Amino acid sequence: MIAKLFLTLAAALLAALLFTPESFTEVFRPLTHNNAPPIYLQTSLLRLTLSHLALVGIAVTASTLVAVAGGVLVTRPAGREFLPLARTITSVGQTFPPVAVLALAVPAMGFGAGPTLVALFLYGLLPVFENTLTALSTLPPSVLEAARGMGLTRRQRLWQVELPLALPVILAGVRLTAVISLATATIGSTVAAKTLGEVIIAGLLSANPAFVVQGGLITGLLAILIYEAFQRLESWSAHRAGLIRPQ
Amino acid sequence: MRFALPPLSALSPTGLLFAATGAIGLWLPLVQFKPNRIVAGQGVDLIAALPGPAGWAVALGMAAILALGLAAGRGLGLRLGLAVLGLGLSLFALGLAARGLMPEGNRMARVSPAAGFWLQFLAFALMATDALARLRPGIRTRAAILAGAVAAGTGVLASGWLDRTSVMIEYAARAEMFSRSLWQHLLLAFGSLGLAFIVGLPLGIAIFMARPLRKPVLTLLNMLQTIPSLALFGIMIPIFGWVAAHVPGAADLGVAGIGPFPALMALFLYALLPVVSNTWVGLSSVSPAVRDAALGIGMTPAQVLRQVELPLALPVVLAAVRIVLVQNIGLAVIAGLIGGGGFGSFVFQGLNQTAMDLILLGALPTIFLALVAGIGLDLVIETLSRQKHRSTP
Repeated sequence: MIAKLFLTLAAALLAALLFTPESFTEVFRPLTHNNAPPIYLQTSLLRLTLSHLALVGIAVTASTLVAVAGGVLVTRPAGREFLPLARTITSVGQTFPPVAVLALAVPAMGFGAGPTLVALFLYGLLPVFENTLTALSTLPPSVLEAARGMGLTRRQRLWQVELPLALPVILAGVRLTAVISLATATIGSTVAAKTLGEVIIAGLLSANPAFVVQGGLITGLLAILIYEAFQRLESWSAHRAGLIRPQ
Repeated sequence: MRFALPPLSALSPTGLLFAATGAIGLWLPLVQFKPNRIVAGQGVDLIAALPGPAGWAVALGMAAILALGLAAGRGLGLRLGLAVLGLGLSLFALGLAARGLMPEGNRMARVSPAAGFWLQFLAFALMATDALARLRPGIRTRAAILAGAVAAGTGVLASGWLDRTSVMIEYAARAEMFSRSLWQHLLLAFGSLGLAFIVGLPLGIAIFMARPLRKPVLTLLNMLQTIPSLALFGIMIPIFGWVAAHVPGAADLGVAGIGPFPALMALFLYALLPVVSNTWVGLSSVSPAVRDAALGIGMTPAQVLRQVELPLALPVVLAAVRIVLVQNIGLAVIAGLIGGGGFGSFVFQGLNQTAMDLILLGALPTIFLALVAGIGLDLVIETLSRQKHRSTP
């Protein structure tokens, strides 16, 4: 109940910040000095948010598709040879700092949205892949046996049994990826990608804490709402697949 | 598929992947030659980059290694040896190319590793990783391999073979600043970890003992994690600037709105959640029977906590150390953006000047530190949890 109220408030605050940023002028004024502007106006906050979300959305969708396909591949007989390598790469790869990955994408891609997209994509692969792998390799053998016994083909077993059962865990990986990407995308603005990081960096450069707080607040609210949306999706998919999950 | 094409089963599927990667690496330019450090360079391929027949020799050697890796069923030890040889060859080629291409006495020109080098290196690194993952070495062997790899890497850099490559020239120009950045980076990562333990461990114990505290504390710490790092680092500056100016004695304690202090505090805040929640999870996972037995033999609750519960919770708490250290080594790069020092200063300077070699000088050691910390701590955690299993049948 309290959580629901809190989420509604978060959504309302986010909407207000994006659609009528001027109404917060007095809220942010105490954070500024020397008559610096309290609200970032160079680019509208709404537009930055949309392009931020678009960047994250594209990257997360791409990494989810590739990572789930990869996870399915290495758990099939044809791809089993890649399993040990894939496991090691996921555990080692996740220690790579996202900022370093982003910085390394710049020499290859130049400045702008490109390197950010590539870095978010590469970094986002690992949590989804790891969860897909875990989910697909820990399915109850009795269920798989029953599906085989019913005469389902391999393809049918994958689409009708394995993937639906694995979906909640896969979605948890996507959630992790989405939340990490949302925060990492702000750093993309250091290489000239249009994201909410632009507001924060403008604040850092002009020593205006109001901008820093604005950019941080909007990104934080987005993260909370996206996290929550995915959790709903996860429990919905768990219910649909007939898995009983403690709430 | 397999039954339709029997000859394919003689090939190792992973070997095919490495061979393809390596072949593309051999085909793409090995290095980039730049008249100065800012301008875009011109790619030079392996054959042309090495003097005389050396290019052909190295290319044939690499091709032979990749081809040998194609055959399924070779000994894993042999594969590992071949991969290490390949890694050595690619480093040898890079150093030789830089030595040959750099005009004598020219301080402006740069020879940087290009896509070809990176792909060759990647192919052999993947080959080594694959062989290692299949060999399933024990903890001690893995620790020895990690130490060996670190020693080999340091050895190659110390030997001076790569000194003419662009990244090492950037390093030579900033050797002093590099070691200062290294210490700052380590201070940020380990200092924030230490602070997080000083505060987080008691907090974790507190929410384990006082249930009502649990939800508000964990919710608050979770919310902190949603603040993007850039904003959290940024907002620490005015906050601690104000504290240093207005709270008597704060400035003497080192509190400041500039330098590494705000970055340290931001990293500390990020580190709190893993420490507190893992302490709590670790303590909660101690079985009630063990606790009752300890109380039964006359231990006081404080003794039970110190001598029974905390030691049993240790592997989970150490998992937090791993999370925090790997995460903070990466996040400490952001400190470079707010004047907090560390390897991030090279990264952001490099981004500003579009000097790619400078970016590498900051990013590569950061990745190296994170990798070594991650793998090393995994080994420690595995050792401890095995000991725990052995002592509690």
